[in-house]
Amino acid sequence: MSWIVRAARAVWDFVVGDDPLTAFGVVAALGATALIAGAGAPAWWVMPVAVLALLGLSLRRAAR
Amino acid sequence: MSGQEIGLAVSVFLACAVEAVEALTIVLAVGVTRSWRSALTGVGAATLALAVIVAALGPALTALPIDVLRVVVGGLLLVFGLQWLRKAVLRYTGLKALHDEDKAFAEETDAARAAGRPDAGFDGYSFTIAFKGVLLEGLEVAFIVLTFGASQHNVGLAAVAAAVAIAVVVLAGVLVRAPLARVPENTLKFFVGVMLTSFGIFWGTEGAGATWPGGDAALLVIIPGVALAALGMVRWLRRAPGVQRPLGETA
Repeated sequence: MSWIVRAARAVWDFVVGDDPLTAFGVVAALGATALIAGAGAPAWWVMPVAVLALLGLSLRRAAR
Repeated sequence: MSGQEIGLAVSVFLACAVEAVEALTIVLAVGVTRSWRSALTGVGAATLALAVIVAALGPALTALPIDVLRVVVGGLLLVFGLQWLRKAVLRYTGLKALHDEDKAFAEETDAARAAGRPDAGFDGYSFTIAFKGVLLEGLEVAFIVLTFGASQHNVGLAAVAAAVAIAVVVLAGVLVRAPLARVPENTLKFFVGVMLTSFGIFWGTEGAGATWPGGDAALLVIIPGVALAALGMVRWLRRAPGVQRPLGETA
């Protein structure tokens, strides 16, 4: 394995950690906020709702 | 100092203090059992590496346009914050073992003794273990310093808060001459997780183009809201049927 692949894996593990679904969920929620705000509708509520849902789902997966 | 700057300083201070306690345990273990000089050289080298990372990435981050910066910082804070919060909640509920500094110290000293007698001069084992310990524990704090500091255009304040936390922990370690096992690490990690997640929600939303009702005052609702929701999840997991708690682990 080249050092580039090892470095990329280390960065991935460091940033994403052991729960990639939560990291992808955060990116999707930020995208949804941008889309709704871009359409001129109130979008401040998206991130709080999404983040608490992501935390709950992550804990539920860990508890099983 | 504004409310956001106080939040920045407190969050960075606590995050850094928790990681410094864990790094101190590793350095103490190799210092006591093998070589203080080599262990402290490892600490110095790791601190220098972390300072270079902050100095190199800080100006690059602060050069980004404010909306791009806030969405990137908000996303990173959320990813880190949710990891801290998730682990703290799992530890409160007994699904993950609490971090035990005395146990970690015993394991590190056993490993240091098992590695053979230290060389008469420079001890490579002590240097490497201390370097890795400080670098790995410090890397996440360096990113918290960078992201929090950059979004406030005040990396200096974040760096000062981190330096004060390290000084306090080192001073306590010198006075106690033992691992700081009485520090309520999980409570601190829970608090840091709440702060990172709350600021991540706030800045991520602003960076994505939305506006908070009440502006900065929204943080006064977001922070307690996230804390209460996380505490509610602790309660939920403790009562949830079918949750298997590993033997020998405490809540």
